[in-house]
Amino acid sequence: MRRSFVTDHSQISRLFKARAIFAGLLSFVLIAALLTRLGWLQIVEYAHFAGLSTENRVRLMALPPNRGLIYDRNGVILAENRPTYHLELIPEQVEDIEATLLGLGEIVTISERNIEQFHHSMRTHRAFESISLRTRLSEEEVARLAVNRHRYPGMDIVARLSRHYPQGATTVHAVGYVGRISEKDLNTIDVSNYRGSSHIGKTGLEKYYEEELHGIVGQQNVEVNAEGRILRVIDKIPPLPGNNLVLNLDMELQRTAEQALGDFAGAVIVMQPKTGAILAFVSEPAYDPNLFVHGISVKEYSALREGDYKPLFNRALFGQYPPGSTLKPFLGLAGIDSKVIGHREGIRCIGYYTLPNDEEHRYRDWKRHGLVELGDAIEQSCDVYFYELAHRLGINRMHDYLSEFGFGDKTGIDLLGERSGLLPSREWKRRVHNKIWYPGETLIAGIGQGYMLTTPLQLAVATSALANKGKKIQPRLLKEMRDTNGEITAMAVPSISWIKLKREERWDYMHKAMQRVLRGKWGTARATGWKLKGYEMAGKTGTAQVFGIAQGEEYDAETVAKKLRDHALFIAFAPLEDPEIVVAIIEENGEHGSAVAPIAKKIMDQYLLKDDAE
Amino acid sequence: MPSNYQFDTAYQSRFSRVLQIIRIDPVLLFGLLMLTLAGLGVLYSAGDQSAELMQKQVVRLSIAFLVMLVVAQISPHQLYLWTPWVFLVGVILLLMVYFAGDVGKGAQRWLKIGVRFQPSEIMKLATPLMLAWYLSERPLPPGFRSLMISSGLVLVPTIMIAMQPDLGTALLVGAAGFFVVFFSGIRWRVLIGSGLAMLAFIPVLWRMMHDYQRQRVLTLLDPESDPLGAGYHIIQSKIAIGSGGLYGKGWLNGTQSQLDFLPERSTDFIFAVFAEEFGMMGAVVLLSLYAFIVWRGLYIADHAQDNFSRLLAGSLSMTFFVYLFVNVGMVSGILPVVGVPLPLVSYGGTSLVTLMAGFGMLMSINSHRRFLSR
Repeated sequence: MRRSFVTDHSQISRLFKARAIFAGLLSFVLIAALLTRLGWLQIVEYAHFAGLSTENRVRLMALPPNRGLIYDRNGVILAENRPTYHLELIPEQVEDIEATLLGLGEIVTISERNIEQFHHSMRTHRAFESISLRTRLSEEEVARLAVNRHRYPGMDIVARLSRHYPQGATTVHAVGYVGRISEKDLNTIDVSNYRGSSHIGKTGLEKYYEEELHGIVGQQNVEVNAEGRILRVIDKIPPLPGNNLVLNLDMELQRTAEQALGDFAGAVIVMQPKTGAILAFVSEPAYDPNLFVHGISVKEYSALREGDYKPLFNRALFGQYPPGSTLKPFLGLAGIDSKVIGHREGIRCIGYYTLPNDEEHRYRDWKRHGLVELGDAIEQSCDVYFYELAHRLGINRMHDYLSEFGFGDKTGIDLLGERSGLLPSREWKRRVHNKIWYPGETLIAGIGQGYMLTTPLQLAVATSALANKGKKIQPRLLKEMRDTNGEITAMAVPSISWIKLKREERWDYMHKAMQRVLRGKWGTARATGWKLKGYEMAGKTGTAQVFGIAQGEEYDAETVAKKLRDHALFIAFAPLEDPEIVVAIIEENGEHGSAVAPIAKKIMDQYLLKDDAE
Repeated sequence: MPSNYQFDTAYQSRFSRVLQIIRIDPVLLFGLLMLTLAGLGVLYSAGDQSAELMQKQVVRLSIAFLVMLVVAQISPHQLYLWTPWVFLVGVILLLMVYFAGDVGKGAQRWLKIGVRFQPSEIMKLATPLMLAWYLSERPLPPGFRSLMISSGLVLVPTIMIAMQPDLGTALLVGAAGFFVVFFSGIRWRVLIGSGLAMLAFIPVLWRMMHDYQRQRVLTLLDPESDPLGAGYHIIQSKIAIGSGGLYGKGWLNGTQSQLDFLPERSTDFIFAVFAEEFGMMGAVVLLSLYAFIVWRGLYIADHAQDNFSRLLAGSLSMTFFVYLFVNVGMVSGILPVVGVPLPLVSYGGTSLVTLMAGFGMLMSINSHRRFLSR
């Protein structure tokens, strides 16, 4: 059947118009369909998609590990982590940043510098990232902010843990402190393990045991809502907290030693000769490590740096002093062991000494001692005896014996930057000063003056070796490491070396001689010795000259300014029969060793007699 | 059409007189300008506020508007005379692509003659031109034989383009041809009947499709199945649109777009950026603008004075609509991702020029009307 074609133009027009209208309607219907679809997505399912949009903003967050705590041997806390509160803003959610900053400034103090830093951070962070405005809010400030929180959307009070040293200045030279990670630190650490960490050990044990204290960083994926708050944690690898350190330090002894030193600058080392455990590690003056945790101001810092007696200076570790007469017991042992002098051999002290071929130059003694043997020479600290002894030994043998006790070498304590002191020798003088060694210098070295320098720590370690009859032990501040469950993860094992004398009883001669320093009729520390009760102490006083006294001149303490007075030294161990404690004291400008002997007694009384007191 | 005449003559200002001399339809021009300006605004946000990108797009738009102006000067009659040749050249170029084309993005659709371009773009215009040319000389509505020949004229370029494979362009070329036939007055039962036959053809089509196209269809059906791979585009796009809500997140503030979650956001998925930043309200305005342009196109078609112009104008208008519908449909997750840009808004040059050339033809049809005898 043949179709009847529409040929009329108006009919075609009409047909086309109908189609055009249909097409137009179809377009509108389909656009309506699209809008329906959009309405479904944007209105009905809006909450769902808005949630997904924010879920898109899932962020991987580093979870910084909690830093290990530091305890003394009795569980007294020396370094802990305390929550501190910080004020932060999320710019995206703040309608008017300037107005908010002004408003918050009326609630808590916000300095120009805070605002400056905030604006700087804003430029380097994305709008939805939280930016710190104020750190270390006081409890009152936290309360005031919390009350006004609703007025400032996008404001948040964030709690963070920060390091705190409850013992303040008392332990600072041993424990050290943490500070903000610096550019320099970044070169020495595994940066990925410090994502999320802001602080790092800067000095002391905090630095030495940084790796163990820091722990291992964790991470988590968090979902944040449109306001940037964390809604839920999606997954999480928890951080591994750092190990807790249990130190050998005894906080009570530490405090006693600190107080006994009084206003004097100086150092006190208390050590267990058998274990190498450092019971007290005092350097005075000290400073508050808490100042450094949140960044110390330039003014405060320069006050510490330039302050009287330089509190930042760790005398126990870095201080190098002439040992003075405290060197005599070690030299005495060298003398009798090398048989240059018999232990009962008498030497006549006429108040000065001259070398056989140089009668002009007189080496002074502080007193005329008459005929002295080793025990008398130690008891009365006779210089002439030791000039003669040094002369017979010669500098090379002196050097060899003394180095066995650790003089001139680092002790290997678990702190960084320890100084090695100076044990002179012929070879050393040629190398460093390019000069020959004069016999007179041997004599001066024989009484612990001249080039000789020791650190307080070296004196303690050498005295321990003497007390131990040759067992020389590495000093240790750390006793053990424990994980957060209290399980011991590591124990300090000090290395041991032996000083061998040809005959063992020579140790006893020296112990007895040192006992006479306290108990002898002429003992230099007899004033302290008379008061001893319950145990026997062996010791040796020493005086280190701060400046040289010309021959024939008298030393008059009254006329000499305090800072130029001699340093007082004292080394001691007790009980005599089986030494358990060694004390080494240097009191700057303390004038004479006998003056600091009571400090040793105080410490030993506390340590040895505490059971009796209970 | 006396009413239109009255409108034109009674309210002629000097400006509209100038526009008439250069054969520009002010109404259509208004719609196009509004749309391209809105498009530049979104592109600024989607393109990470890149001045370079904006500059390029402004240059392209200027070229495209210039092309429109030039094409508008060609009378429908002249167009009619050139049509078979344009179509022939287009098909030859397509054959050249098939045998010697450049491969880009996994598909062979580029031809390098001086500059790289896609001959399939020419077919977007050449196909409706050819169909209108052919059918305007037949009795209308077309008979069986005319329909068969028409189908052939549509299917040859469509299938060739689909085999490149460029599903998006094939769809638009096919749609352009289809709408000519539709406006020629094809009977509804024939239309519906062939529609059903097409449905039956789907399994065959499925087998002809490339893996990536099948994957696109599959991920449309279940985008969550591959959230980081094939479904990622749609999921992120839906999140962007949905999270825009009623009023949007504000210009330059779309987190999906600004934080790089939304892929291809300056090209095919630019609508998602718009919907995220301007919300449902913005989308209504934007789609109204498109509807306005489509309406004006259909109005011009309705007032055209000969069948060739009518069929061509109607087809071009509806193809423009299909462009929009397919793009927004795919971005909002109700149509497969076939790679159709949002017309006049998406970043990119070739489609812009063809589109504006098409609008140039519409303007020519509108302005040459009274000079043609019936």
